[in-house]
Order: sequence, then C-alpha cells, then structure tokens
Amino acid sequence: MGLLSSVFKKNDQQKPADVAKAETSKKEVKPVVDKITVGHVHMSGCTGCLVSLADNYGGLLTILDKYADLVYGLTLADVRHIPKMDVALVEGSVCINDKLSVEEIKQTREKAAIVVAVGGCASYGNITRFCRGGQQNQPQHEAFLPIGDLIKVDVYIPGCAPTPQMIRNVCIMAYLLLKGSPEQKALATNYLKPLMMAAQKGTSACFCDLMTEVIDQGLCMGCGSCAAACPVRAITHEFGKPQGTRDLCIKCGACYNQCPRSWFSFDVVSEFESISELIDTVMK
Amino acid sequence: MGAELGKYKSCVSARSTDKAILAGAQDGGIVTTLFAYALETGIIDGAIVAGPGELPWKPKPIVATTVEELLAARGTKYNISPNVSLIKEATRSYGLDKVGIVGTPCQMQAVRKGQLYPIGLRDVGDKIALAIGIFCMENFPYQSIVQLAEDHAAMKLESVAKMEIGKGKFTFMSERGAVVPLPLKVTHKYEQPGCHVCLDYVANLADVSTGSVGSPDGWSTVFVRTKKGDDVWAKAIAAGCFETKAIDSVKPGLELVTKLANEKIGKNQKTVEERKTFGVGKGLRIPYI
Ligand SMILES: Cc1cc2nc3c(=O)[nH]c(=O)nc-3n(C[C@H](O)[C@H](O)[C@H](O)COP(=O)(O)OP(=O)(O)OC[C@H]3O[C@@H](n4cnc5c(N)ncnc54)[C@H](O)[C@@H]3O)c2cc1C
Ligand code: SF4
Ligand code: SF4
Ligand code: SF4
Repeated sequence: MGLLSSVFKKNDQQKPADVAKAETSKKEVKPVVDKITVGHVHMSGCTGCLVSLADNYGGLLTILDKYADLVYGLTLADVRHIPKMDVALVEGSVCINDKLSVEEIKQTREKAAIVVAVGGCASYGNITRFCRGGQQNQPQHEAFLPIGDLIKVDVYIPGCAPTPQMIRNVCIMAYLLLKGSPEQKALATNYLKPLMMAAQKGTSACFCDLMTEVIDQGLCMGCGSCAAACPVRAITHEFGKPQGTRDLCIKCGACYNQCPRSWFSFDVVSEFESISELIDTVMK
Repeated sequence: MGAELGKYKSCVSARSTDKAILAGAQDGGIVTTLFAYALETGIIDGAIVAGPGELPWKPKPIVATTVEELLAARGTKYNISPNVSLIKEATRSYGLDKVGIVGTPCQMQAVRKGQLYPIGLRDVGDKIALAIGIFCMENFPYQSIVQLAEDHAAMKLESVAKMEIGKGKFTFMSERGAVVPLPLKVTHKYEQPGCHVCLDYVANLADVSTGSVGSPDGWSTVFVRTKKGDDVWAKAIAAGCFETKAIDSVKPGLELVTKLANEKIGKNQKTVEERKTFGVGKGLRIPYI
C-alpha cells in the first residue's frame, strides 16, 4: 500500500478540511504547463461518446482546467488538422470507403503518443458492423472497421455509450502515467493494463464472448454483471447463468469487459476504496 | 499472514437484537438487520437481495424497498442468485440513489470492478451505499440442489425448511423436523465449476462481511472493512440493533475462519495453476492479471 499512500500524500495537500486553503494550494500544485494534450477524433460514431465525455459536467471542466488541454475536437476546438498530442480519444469506426477517414486515422496514430478507442464502435465496430450502405448522402459508404483493424491501438474503453466515469478515469490515469510521480505511474499502469490488454486482444465483441471465453472455460459464477452492463438488455439469467438474445446484441463489448471473470486485477480492485477517494480528490 | 481475511477495521461476533428477524435468518440475522436499519434511517433507499423465486429454494434477485421484502429474502439459498444483475436497474427503474447489495465474495468483486471500471454501469458506482458480503466456500447450480435434496437427502425441495453448510456437512432440515446431514464428500462434485478458481472466502471487498464460521451457533462473525461499513455499523450498534462479543472471546473464533480461508484459497490457487497446463501444450484461460 506504499504505492497509494504516496499518491495520496501528494494529493492530500490539495484536499485539506477547509476549502479556502484547498483553493490556494490547488493552483500551486497543478501549474498549467504540467497538463497533457488531448484530442477528440471523430470517426463514424453517433457522437454519443462525446456526449458521455461532456456528461462529466463540472468534472470535464476540472479535467480541462487542471490536467488536460483539448487541442483537437470537431465540435469543441477550432483546429482543422490533427495536431501532435499526448492522448487521442477516438470515437467511431473507420469508413474504409472514405479516403479522409482513412487518412485521419493514420495521422492520429502518427501524431498521438497514446491512442484510446473510446466506445464500442472504435473498439469493436459495434452498431456500425450492421451497416449495409445505402444511406444518404453517401450511399456508397458501406464498409466500417474498428480502428484497431487499421492502426495499433493502446487502450480500449468499451461500451455503448462508454460511461462518463470510464472516460474520466482513463483521462486521469493517462495524466498520472505521463506526468505523475513514479508511484502514480505505477498505479496508472496497473489501472490501464487490462484496457491495454483488451486493445491487444482483438477487434470484435459479442455476447458470444461470454460463452466462448467465460462459460465454456468453466469460469462463470453467475454474478449478473454482464446482464447489468448490457445497454440493450440482451442478457437475462436462467438458472443463474447468462442467456443472450443474440439478435439484440449490438456487439459493444460491455458484457465481457464488465465480467469479473473476463479480466480481474487484484492489484487494482482490492484498492477500490483508496482509488475511488483518489479520483474524488483529483476531481475536486 | 493476514491477507486471507482481507483488510478490516474491526471484527466481532454479533447477533441481531430483533427476535422477529432472527426467527427466519440464516445465522445472526446480520444482513437483514443491517439493511433494515439502513433502510429505516435513509442510509439506503433499497437493497438488492435474494428474494423468493418461482421454484422452491430458487432465489430471484429483487430490489427490496420495504422491511417486509427484506424479511421475505432472509436465509441462505445455496444456489446462484445473480444479484449484481440488478445493480444498474436499481438506479434506473427503481430510481434509487443509495443502493444496498448483498452478495457472495465474487459478487463483491463484481461490484468493486464495476465501481473502478464502470464499462456498462453509467452513474452507478457512486450510488452503492452499502455492500454486504457473505462468506462463501462454494455455490451450487439450482439443479444440484434439486439432486442433493431429492436423491441424496430424500426430501422434496418444497418440504425443506432450512439448508446449512457447516461442521463438514451439508444439512437439509425438513418442515416436519427431519434432519439429513450429507458429508461434503458427497456434495463436492455438484459444486458450480466457476467456484473452483475463486480466491476469496470472507468477502474481502465488501463494506461489511459476515458468515457463521468462527462464532457460536446463532451468532455471526462480522468484519467491518471500509469507512462506509464502519460508519453504518457504528450507528447500528449505537441504535441497539446488535449484541456483540469480542471475537477473541468466542469459540472457535478467527482461528477457524483463517484456517478455512487458507484451505479454500490454497485449493483454488492450485486449480488456477493447473489450468495453465490443462491440455497438451494448451491451457485454459485465467482471468486474473
Ligand atoms: C452460496 C453460499 C455459501 C456460503 N458459505 C458459507 C461458508 O462457507 N461459511 C460461512 O460462514 N457462511 C457461508 N455463507 C453465508 C451464510 O450462509 C449466511 O448467508 C450469512 O451468515 C448471513 O446470515 P445472516 O443471518 O446474517 O443473514 P440473513 O439475515 O438470513 O440474510 C441473508 C441474506 O443473504 C441473501 N442471500 C441468500 N442466498 C443468497 C445467494 N445465493 N446469493 C446472494 N445472496 C444470498 C439473502 O437474500 C439475505 O438478504 C454462505 C452463503 C451462501 C449464499
Ligand atoms: S458477468 Fe461473467 S461471471 Fe458474472 S454472470 Fe456474467 S458471464 Fe458469469
Ligand atoms: S450482449 Fe449486450 S453488452 Fe454484450 S456485446 Fe451484446 S449488446 Fe454489448
Ligand atoms: S465460491 Fe467464490 S465464485 Fe463461488 S459463489 Fe462463492 S464467492 Fe462466488
């Protein structure tokens, strides 16, 4: 626990009991030059991921105020071309029939130190897997691939929509990874590790992952997380075990990644209390 | 070393002071009494518990928002109740801002993973106000319970009044007073396979965890683990919800809890290891990273 207590020591300085003191020390502890640069790259997605980011409300302002400068984002920053940045948050899959999209995803990889696939479409294709083309005003746009099929991706945030809290956590951990003390880097590495492993694992997701990777592997214990996580209520439990209405499944990857028997890090999860407090503290 | 019991702030032997709750509780009525207290004082707006299902002894996760519903869910059902399946729904259709949940150690792991990695659990984490863990050596599929009751204990499941695992036996007690203890040797093969990679016995990740082991009959061993748990437990004690005894004053005490925890973790750690070389040059997947 040396790790977390040292993380805290630093942050405790900005979280004293009286607010006035907190205000003054906050400004000293986080000079603006220490921020990381972040961009939001919009591929073929519904903007739900961006809305999720924004749904951190005041938290988004805190992140932008203290930890990250938004250097790119179609709707949020007035910049035309993809600039150099520390972290690219990519929403949506890539339409391979669209030259510009392909060009931009390649540039994103060149320009960003860390590429994060935000949401089901960027990570796994999600609903864009079901596209057959024919939509106005580009009916010929019919083939969409998750970004990991075209570039190397560092971190996945699965789910449709990805949750504001997951996006927030990854932003905080990316900040600690790039700008933190050695202990903070270690915490961030541990936290991000399973999301990096998810990025290495593959570019497709389905309810079937629970069958092939959890149930068939003799690992399911019937907790119910998968059913809770599914955005389209495709999963019920029959005699304790998950059953999927597979036609409902939109291939977002939430069930598998929420399941404690897909991946589970005792290093991180056993520290849930102190890590939750840390997140609360840095978001103040 | 103490890792097998997890982190905790205090540990006592305790029993509910509410005779009505105790009458239908599994052990010291800790879970139901603590939820009832938390519900009545507004610490939680409701709790996810294993309520009665459509078949005898088949639990169905429910969001209990009244003491009556909590009472109806008392007692251990030794088969799977996917309580975590309602964790998001409790904050949506039920509109709870402060959710209680009871569950086995694996379900506590699911809840905490869900708080730190809320991949499909938007706005849920902050609303988990009280997570009570119950000790767990193993669980069973429903069909195993049918088989154990009917084939081995020769009882209709409908007529079973209580099931209990303890002192090396899985005991079936009927409405009419018959008591059939089955040796665990017999029941092992019916266990849920997923339990054999489980590395937690006493719900290390709960706010408060409880089980019968370590305390005298009718009493429960209680670990108070987190700040939230400590806060609720202290208030409940102050309100007179429980009588307590120092854990080192009771028999068999923590020594037995530690022994069983080590046995479970040791055995399952071995299973996890064996998965690596399960086939010929091929292993099974291991979830722990
Ligand atoms: C599968 C299983 C194995 C267990 N193994 C052990 C053990 O090895 N050693 C030990 O000391 N204790 C074990 N317990 C715990 C013990 O049986 C009691 O549940 C615990 O002591 C709580 O008793 P109580 O009187 O405080 O709770 P009560 O007031 O009777 O309430 C029990 C609560 O647990 C909930 N519940 C019942 N069944 C389940 C279930 N299947 N899944 C999730 N929640 C459920 C009920 O809804 C209720 O809210 C086990 C429990 C289960 C479910
Ligand atoms: S989340 Fe995983 S372990 Fe839990 S019920 Fe679903 S498949 Fe089984
Ligand atoms: S079953 Fe649900 S959660 Fe799982 S991949 Fe399909 S849509 Fe997503
Ligand atoms: S033994 Fe472990 S996996 Fe099985 S029900 Fe108990 S806590 Fe869950």
